[in-house]
Amino acid sequence: MAGNDAAVEVSGLVVRYGDLEAVKGVSFTAKAGLVTAVLGPNGAGKTSTIEVCEGYRKASTGTVRVLGMDPAAHQRQLGERIGVMLQQGGVYPSARVLDTVRHYCTLYGKGADPEALVEQVGLTSRSKATWRRLSGGEQQRLSLALAMAAKPEVAFLDEPTSGVDVNGRDTIRGIIRALADTGCAVVLATHELDEAERIADHVVIFDSGLVIADGTLDELRKGHDEIRFRSSPDLDLISLAREIGMVASQVGPDEYVIDAPPHPRLMAQLTAWLAEHGHPLTDLRAGSQRLEDVFRRLTAVDKDTSSGPAGDGKDGAE
Amino acid sequence: MKRFTSQLRMEVQLTLRNGEQLLLTLGIPVLLLVFFSLVDVLPTGTDEPIDFLAPGVLALAVMSTAMVSLGIGTGFERSYHVLKRLGTTPLGRPRLIAAKIASVAVVELVQFGIIVPVAYALGWSPADPNWPLAVCGVLLGTMAFAGIGLTLAGRLRGEINLAAQNGLYLVLLLLGGMVIPFSKLPSGIREVAHALPSGALADVLRETLSGAGTQPGTSWAVLAVWAVAMPAIAAATFRWD
Repeated sequence: MAGNDAAVEVSGLVVRYGDLEAVKGVSFTAKAGLVTAVLGPNGAGKTSTIEVCEGYRKASTGTVRVLGMDPAAHQRQLGERIGVMLQQGGVYPSARVLDTVRHYCTLYGKGADPEALVEQVGLTSRSKATWRRLSGGEQQRLSLALAMAAKPEVAFLDEPTSGVDVNGRDTIRGIIRALADTGCAVVLATHELDEAERIADHVVIFDSGLVIADGTLDELRKGHDEIRFRSSPDLDLISLAREIGMVASQVGPDEYVIDAPPHPRLMAQLTAWLAEHGHPLTDLRAGSQRLEDVFRRLTAVDKDTSSGPAGDGKDGAE
Repeated sequence: MKRFTSQLRMEVQLTLRNGEQLLLTLGIPVLLLVFFSLVDVLPTGTDEPIDFLAPGVLALAVMSTAMVSLGIGTGFERSYHVLKRLGTTPLGRPRLIAAKIASVAVVELVQFGIIVPVAYALGWSPADPNWPLAVCGVLLGTMAFAGIGLTLAGRLRGEINLAAQNGLYLVLLLLGGMVIPFSKLPSGIREVAHALPSGALADVLRETLSGAGTQPGTSWAVLAVWAVAMPAIAAATFRWD
């Protein structure tokens, strides 16, 4: 597949479980060669959406195309071209690491080398261990190896770094990046915003079954610069506002935010005011909002308007 | 074919590597056969207890593998989302089911390869055993028990399924004419026992191997009904996740 072609196209997808509408008309695309992070809190509808894309669950209404095919109707054909990493393992507990990877390489029949895959995910020394003997991070790495055994054109990875330690996360991020660099469209579902911020090229934010934002990180952050600093817990914010001509909001016991671009003059005024009033400056960060702040802002807007999706990108309900 | 073979190898490997399953599929049948052949405490109604026990224990072996081992294993695979994950690969459900059935057959071959020689060693000497017909009975029994095991595995949570399969195993063992003759069961329960798949299979094997079935015609019919009905019910009700 050529770079940046839409490998996954979701349009007006609705998923219902009885009376519960878990997914309420979402639309987004995931392109080849990019990591698309599907973000949102637990219960936002991410997994249901991914399961429809995998062909595991049927859409109530709406259309989904993966590599141009309807996953529900062409699960078998798609099974040969997609790699899947489930949120909860999906591996025989008493099967050994290398046996399991070898089995999946045979199932996909794409000529992937089991030993090389095990080495790539850093489990060579554990190749004879059974799944149940692996740590949480090792289990996630094995699960990722099974998805890679497909040599996939599209990879659906559900919470790939959940429960993984810092070093393990670095390994997994490296593998995911390398996978995308081969031209694979990686769809990464996670509720860890920090994780998405580190690895995603494209972000789709879910909340309460809706897509509330869709775009690159830069697009989502655009126009939302801030200055975030830590100081004494009892700053006189009125005096500070008078000095800098901007309102600072207290967002934590000793943390403050000014919604403004980090202009050098404003920074100088702020630090001068703190020095003049004898307050420490224990932390200072200026520039684009963190994804976590973008998410908070978007979900707050969504709840305030309560009239459907809002955000910087496409609306989810169509 | 490679996919089927790989899945079959994995299924057999996991079964034979699992100590609990080995105890259930080989340990208990062989233990019952040896113990009750040597210690004459069962009211078998025969001069040699082994003549009554050998066909019954072969029926028990089929039940252990096709119902309990398959059912418990599949139930946990469902709980651990193994089936869901396999469903996203090119394996496909027909190949997965075929591999499971074949793995049951492989384990049954291993069981028969051990139980039959042990029975002969204990003095079993059936006069004119009709092995081909017995194999037909075993096939029907396998279908019936696999249907029951998968029906439970496809609906119940892992731990509840485990308890249900083991409980049912015990009931069918005691009421199924495998180690306790139908004639020793109280009236009422005896009729129920004849209608159970365990009772029907034990009676069919006793008839085909020793010519000592109590109501072979009825037993074949009962077994055939279970063999058709239970897989159909399992297929209709099974949930993959």
